[in-house]
Order: sequence, then C-alpha cells, then structure tokens
Amino acid sequence: MAPSAESSQRHTSTAPAPPTPPRHRAASPRRGLSLRQRTALWGVAFIIIPLAFFLLVRIYPALVAFDVSLRDWNIMKFNKPYIGLKNYQRLAADDGFWNAARNTVLYSAIIVPASLALGLLAASLIQLANRARGAYRMVYFLPYITPTVAVSWVWRWLFFKNGGVLNQILISLGLTPQPFLQGLDQALLCVASVVVWQGLGYYIVIFLAGLEMVPHEYKEAATIDGASGWQVFRHVTLPLLNPTILFLAVLGTIRSLQIFTEIMNMTSGGSGAGDLGGPLGSTMSLVVYIYQTAFYQFKFGYASAMTVVLFVVILAITLVQMKLLNKPVEY
Amino acid sequence: MKTTFSRVLLVSVVAALLVALAVSHVGAQTITVEYWQYYYESKVVLIDELIKEFEAKNPGIKIDHKTFPYEQFNQKVAISVPAGSGPDVVNLFYGWVPKYVEAGYLQPLPEKDFPVATIERDFVPMVDSIKLEGKYWGLPTAVRALALFWNKDHFKAAGLDPEKPPTTWEQLQEYAIKLTQRDRAGQLVQSGFAWNADGQDWHVFIQVLLRQWGVTPYSADNKKVLWNSNQGGYDAFKWWTELATKHKVGEPTFMGDYRTAFIAGKASMMIDGSFALGTLKSKAQDINWGVTTLPVRAANPTVQANFGSFWLNSLTVKAQGAKRDAAVKWLQFLTSPEVMKRWLTDVGELPARTALAEDKALLSDPQYGPFLAGLKYAYATFFIDETAERQAVIDATNEVLLRGTDPKVALDALVRKEQAIRDEYYK
Amino acid sequence: MNDSRPVSNRSSQIWAHAILIMGIATVVFPFLWMLATAFKRGAEIYSISLIPKRPTLANFRYLLERTMYGRWYLNSLIIATVVTLSELFFDSMAGYALAKLRFPGRNLVFVLILSTMMIPTEMLIIPWYLMFTRTGWIDTHWGVMLPGLISAFGVFLMRQFMQGMPDDLLSAGRIDGLNEFGVWWHVALPNVRPALAALAILVFLGNWNAYLWPVIAIESAKMRTLPVGMSLFSGEAGSEWQLIMAAATLAVIPIMIIYSVFQRQIVEGVALTGMKG
Repeated sequence: MAPSAESSQRHTSTAPAPPTPPRHRAASPRRGLSLRQRTALWGVAFIIIPLAFFLLVRIYPALVAFDVSLRDWNIMKFNKPYIGLKNYQRLAADDGFWNAARNTVLYSAIIVPASLALGLLAASLIQLANRARGAYRMVYFLPYITPTVAVSWVWRWLFFKNGGVLNQILISLGLTPQPFLQGLDQALLCVASVVVWQGLGYYIVIFLAGLEMVPHEYKEAATIDGASGWQVFRHVTLPLLNPTILFLAVLGTIRSLQIFTEIMNMTSGGSGAGDLGGPLGSTMSLVVYIYQTAFYQFKFGYASAMTVVLFVVILAITLVQMKLLNKPVEY
Repeated sequence: MKTTFSRVLLVSVVAALLVALAVSHVGAQTITVEYWQYYYESKVVLIDELIKEFEAKNPGIKIDHKTFPYEQFNQKVAISVPAGSGPDVVNLFYGWVPKYVEAGYLQPLPEKDFPVATIERDFVPMVDSIKLEGKYWGLPTAVRALALFWNKDHFKAAGLDPEKPPTTWEQLQEYAIKLTQRDRAGQLVQSGFAWNADGQDWHVFIQVLLRQWGVTPYSADNKKVLWNSNQGGYDAFKWWTELATKHKVGEPTFMGDYRTAFIAGKASMMIDGSFALGTLKSKAQDINWGVTTLPVRAANPTVQANFGSFWLNSLTVKAQGAKRDAAVKWLQFLTSPEVMKRWLTDVGELPARTALAEDKALLSDPQYGPFLAGLKYAYATFFIDETAERQAVIDATNEVLLRGTDPKVALDALVRKEQAIRDEYYK
Repeated sequence: MNDSRPVSNRSSQIWAHAILIMGIATVVFPFLWMLATAFKRGAEIYSISLIPKRPTLANFRYLLERTMYGRWYLNSLIIATVVTLSELFFDSMAGYALAKLRFPGRNLVFVLILSTMMIPTEMLIIPWYLMFTRTGWIDTHWGVMLPGLISAFGVFLMRQFMQGMPDDLLSAGRIDGLNEFGVWWHVALPNVRPALAALAILVFLGNWNAYLWPVIAIESAKMRTLPVGMSLFSGEAGSEWQLIMAAATLAVIPIMIIYSVFQRQIVEGVALTGMKG
C-alpha cells in the first residue's frame, strides 16, 4: 500500500505461480484425480468461504444500496415504492446536502495540504537531526493509534469556550478569547486541525520511508556541485518523493471525504437528537449528514442516494490513483 | 420382555405428547402483551411493580416489558413497524404521534373502552394534541409542565430578595442582567438566565412568549404557522434573542447545557420541566434553589401560558382480537387514578387526570405546586416532526446570535421552514 | 551529506532538534492535559495547572462503579480479538489460494475481491442495518463483528507475501505427505509470520478504535464497545470534564501500553500496510 515500504515492493510480482514440477504429479496419484485437479479442488475449498463472504457482506449490500437509493424508503412506512432518480434530483435542491458537500471539500482542502507540508517538514527535520530518529518517530506517531473518540473529546475540552485551556492561555497572554468550536468561522478549522494533529504521524512515517529511498549518492553529487541544502531538497529529494506525495495526497483526500468520528464527538449537541454538525451546520460533513438523514430522520432511500454519490466520487479518485500508482487502497 | 418394553415406551410417549398438548393449550390461553418504553430507572422499576399487580389481578394476561436507551428508542420503534415485530402497547412522546399515525402503526383507542367524551372530561386539556381525525391515539399516565428555577444564593449575593423570584419577563430581564458576571476578558462566569434554544426555551417561545405578545402560534387546524402573523411575534422573538445578544445574560452552550450550568451553580435562573426535579434533588444538593410559575408580561399580566408535554401509551396495529382486549385492560390500568398517584411519588411526573391535578395538597407543594398551577393553562404543541421543528428554531436563533442576522429576517425564514414541514405533511 | 559541511550541519541539526521538540510538546500536551483533568475535581478543573493540587481517584471510581466501563472494555476486547483471529485465518487462507493454488476462475475471484475495496463502508451501513435487523443481529457482538471478519485488503496483503515464498518450500511439504491444508498451516504460515504479526496488530487496533459501524449496530448500554460507550457517556456527562477526561484516559491507556511494547512493529506495520485511521 505504501509505495515506499520496502518489503511490499519486494513481493509485488503478479506473475502466476510456476507450474508444479511433474515428479510430484506422479508421486501421489489418488482417487484418479491428477495433482492439478486436486490442487484446484483445494483452491476452491480455500477460497469458497471468503468468496461467499465478499459476495454476501460487500457486493450484495452494495447492490442493495443502489436499490434503496431508487426508492422512497422511509423506515417507518410499509410501502417502499420505486421513485426512479427522484432522490438524486432532490439532492440538487437540498441546501443541507450542499452545505455538507462544501464543508467536506473544505476539509480536504485544509487537511491534505497541511498534512503533506507538516509531514514532509517533520520527516525532513528528523532526517536532518540524525539522532533520536526512533524516539521522534515514536512520539509523533502516538496520536495516530489513539482512539479517535478519546482524542476528539480531549480536544473538545481544550477548545471549550468558558474555561478551556486554550482560551485561558489566550487570556493570560492578554489576547481575546475565541469561540473555537462555537464559532461559525472557526469550528470547521478546529476540527480540521485536530484531524491533521492526529494523522500527522502517519504522514511522517511514510515520508521517512520515502526519504530513505532517495539514494545518498544523488544528494552527495548535488552537494559537491555546490547546491545548497534547500536546492538539494528542491531539485533532488522532492522529485524523487513524487510517488509518495501522490499516494499520501490521494489517501488523505479519500479519508477526509469520509470524516465522521471527529465531528460527531467534537461538535454534536451531546443531548441527542438534532444538531450533529456544529452551529448552523458549520462542521457538518457529508458522512455526518448521511448518518443524520438515515438514523435521525429515517430517510434511508434519500441517505442511500447520498452514499452512492460518495461512492462515485471515491471511485473516481481511486481509479485515478490506481492508474498513477498501480496499488489498491481500502476505505 | 421386548414387547412389554415397547408398550411401556409407547404409552409413555403418548402420555408425554398429551401432557405437552395440554401445556401448550394452557399456554395458548395465556395472552402475552408486549410493552415497550425507554429506559428511565424510576419508570422501569415502577412499571415492573405495576406489572406484578396487574398480572395478579388479571390471570391469563402476561405483560412482556422491554426497554431501550432513550437515544435509540424512537429509531427502535420506527424500525419495528415495517418489520412486523415490536410491541402491542408502546410508550411514545406525544410529538411523534402524527408520524406514527401516518405510518399506519397505531390504532385509535376503542370508543367503547375509552369514550372520547369521557377522555375530554377527565383528562387535562393538553391531551387534545393527540386527537387526530376525531379519535384519540393513546393516553398519558403523567404530564409535564414548565416552571422557573432560581438560585437563592445568587439572588442574595446580587442584592435581590432570595424569596422573590421574578413574576414578569421584564423583571426576569432586569434581574438576569444584575446576576450576570463576566471576567476581565469578557468571558461569562455566571449566567443570569441560562438562555438556550435547544432545551425548553424554544417551547417557551412558541407557547408562552408568542401568546403573551398577542400571537396565537398555530391556526385552529394546526396547518398554518402564525408566529409572524402580527408585530407581536416579531417583538417576542426580538425580546427573546436580545436576552443573549444585547443583554448578554447567557450563552446557549455555556457549561455545555442550561441544566448543567444551573446545577453547577453557574447560572442563576433557568426554565425547566417537572422531570428535572428528580435530577435537581439528587445532583444540586449544594445549591439553594426554588421553583416558581413562569413569568407573565407586565403589559398584560392576565395572559398566562405554559408548555405541556407528555408520553402516552398507545395501541399498535399488532394488538388484535383477544390480544387487543388484554392490551386495553393494561392501558386502562396504566391510566387509572391509582397508578397516577404512584407515578407522582415514584417518578415525579404530574398526574394526567384533572381531578388529581387540582388536588389542594399537591397544589400547595412548594416543588410540584408551580408545575401543577402551570398545567391549567398549558398548551402542547402539535408537532409534525419534532426533531426538524426544533432544529429550525435552533438554527434561527443561531442566525441571530452568531451571524448577526436581523431577528425579523430570521423569524420570517424560520416560519417559512416550519410552514414547509406542515405543508409536506398535509399535502 | 553527513560530512561535507560539518559546521553548518551541526547548527542545522540543533535547529532541527529544537523545532522537533516544540512539535513534540504539541503532540504530548493534550495527553498531559487529559491526565491532569482526570485527577482533578471541583473548581480545580478550570485552573491552568498540569499537576492537580489534591489529586483524586474519584472520577475513575465513578466510571467504574456508575457506568459499564468494565463491560465496554470486555466487549471491545472480545470483538477485536475475534475479528483479528478470523482475519488472520481467512485472509491468509484466501491469500494462499490466490497466490499458490491454481483453480478455474482464480483471477476473476481475485479481481472481485479487490474491487470490493472500492466500496466505502458508508455505502454499506444502511444495507447492513436492514439485513441485520431482519436476522436479529443488531445489538449483538456477532452483528458488530461480521462485516470485518474477512478483509479484502488483508487478502491482498497476504497474497503479496505468499507470492514471495519459494515454491520449492511448498513442494517439499507436499513430498513429506502433507495435504494442501497442512502445507498452508505448517509451511506457508510460519514463513509469513512477520506479515501475520503486522496484520494482527493493525486489525486489532482498527477494531479497538472503530466507531461508525458499532455506533449504528449497538443499541443497549451493555453491548457498547469502548469508543461507543465513551462517546455516549461523554455526551450525557455534559461538561463534567473531569469525568470525560477520566473516561478518555481509560480508553487511551491500554493503547499506550500496547504501543510502548510493540511500537516498532506497529509503526512499521502501518508504514507497510497503510492502516485505516
């Protein structure tokens, strides 16, 4: 998955296994089946459960999602009539949907470049610092493996308007306290920065692996030619990191299109029904809107139409990245 | 020997079959009624006790009591509808009833067991909010009303008489300004009035402020939203939002929510329901608080209003034949005066029968009294989609509070949204 | 790069350390603040100090006595363990078959499995919810676990590693009289042990932290996983931050312990596989 990870590179051969040497075929003829046939039977036996699983738990439900998206499927009603593409047409006029879509694009536009820039900066600094590499890597990676729910509530507390530590620090510095998660202009930025904070370790680890792959001789040659550190970075390291950057950009974009847990835990009203996406929907993302439509308003048909749209967008990005990187990514 | 053995075997098998048949026959005579409510400890405990008594009085009927967490209750009931599973008798919030009736999930109360005229004579008037198509779709055991809570220590510290809560909105505003404290950075430290839209105050706006500012909130058939039908509506909305924008006596998310702020001793006044009494008694022991009836407007002090709400017990379409008869008996038991009295003492909710609600001893109770007094002039909003209607009000207040939109513009937009929800339902 | 310009290297190294240490402060501060608040009570929770004046365990006691925290731990543990074992078993089995056993339709099956990776979970939760409601699996461990029991990515990963294994090794096993199951179990699996370990850690962490599907599939308080329980509890706790931070601490600590023991494997496993966040 990570283009820079050495071990996966070693094993990416897609050539079929070479045919079994004939001597084994003669060695154990049983029940009149050739070795080839027996191998095939074993193969089928091995794959049958996983195959059934993927058909029933992934492919069939995906088809169901399409089906539901074509119906007026309200959870409370007995009849779920087909209404053609009406659910999709309704999307066009739904302000809530466009607000969520716009926010989601905004999340990607903030999170991806910020993560790439900070991740590359930190990875380069770690390489430059030379010592304590493992320690830096370990600490920066820590947030990435902590449960997002816990991280979100910790930050919600730090951002808390009356008595939260960030405002207390601002006040003690003589600055104006900020509304943060309660501010229409700030809430989304706060959520996005927590996503960056939590995911940065991942970018650093991938960048570090990528930086390691940059051959030392290139940099040395450039340095001897009189290039400054920045020039070496700009003209030697960066171009060689292109595949890593592209991979992270695609992955980061797709993940930020699916942002959910942070919003649910940082900006939902807390008391239950209703305002899940911050004041006036200011942090509402597509997936939170889908969740609200399906599980608070019980409009499964309409929500399914939105999931299909999300699927198409992600599919498009995936196909582009597969063209460019030839690697699968799971979401 | 062998034949004897097989005979014995045969006889015992036949005997066993007969016994099984007899048992299953007896089983068939026992009717099981499935009853669902959301999980609220005191209610669950009381219902379990009531079931024991009911089953003792009615041999042959068994009540199967199931509970779900509050957050998932509506969803759980909703999904059971088309699945054909679910309860025979269900406890529902009154605001959800139109949607369930529309879905064809409920059956009206049988006229012979619950005559409409008797209901209207014996129950508090707000139950007419669940009268649809001329029929009642369930009945409550208990009802709720709102009242004003105040912190006596805060009053004393601000130089106000701790035993004299505000009686008019004008006083409430004046006191709240006095009670509000901010630090040097302008951060709220003590909120004079725990202003909110998402808790109870949106109900206060619709059923109390609007009426006292001279607006009838809905048309008689509930199809039209009339909040901006005259200047009073605009004035009421402006007055309400100005508490937060101009007088800055509270912030909607201060301390998380209004009740937390009051319990933490950070808010001096709040409006809350009778159901909050239990929480306050257990959690706000450090606070010296009192409760009184909702204020009126100084300009026309005779117009009193309150917001009433309730959870009712309804029959679902699943209960048919003998099961329905059993379910009706259970429902009659749940709405009997005896059960209502125990509900008040064990759960703390107000009785839904007029005769009990006007009980002298109760009316003079310092805690229940103000709520019972409010019941007499309490209106229950006829909701189409309570969640969406609530969200629209929250959004409108946020437009004013956070975006600085003119209250007049915000109210007009709000009424359009609320009207659209009704139009969608009645189309 | 190391030796060409030692002086400027020296100063730039110091700068790098300085900036990195500032970065570490940003990473660590929220955790420290979480810990500090978790041990505070009363008005002290609003004071800016990382060390509580009178530290208390009351918040933790409250959680353990008044909520079902222990039960939520157990639920998460059961779910993460079962899913991990199942993935190890089935992913490697399918990966082996797709890499080393020729059978008709093999490529088609592989493409099919691979293509399911493009279906986002969000698209499947509504159908899963409808299906599981019908089968009565909502609000059961089984219902939470089922969608994750085999993963396309795990199959893909295992296939990659199995392909790198020399065929002679497998042939030797066959000559020793092992059937194909035996070859897979006794020869192939031990050979890809590092990959299995990486997969195990990632699947376990991913399921321990999972939120979207569990929050939908779980209804009753006693069935909640740790993230779902923590999320709902915190919502109800309002602004009793000392309780919420104690809850977060309890959720974070086991992860920290696992991480301090396996940090190398975890970091490298993630780099290798790109674990889901």
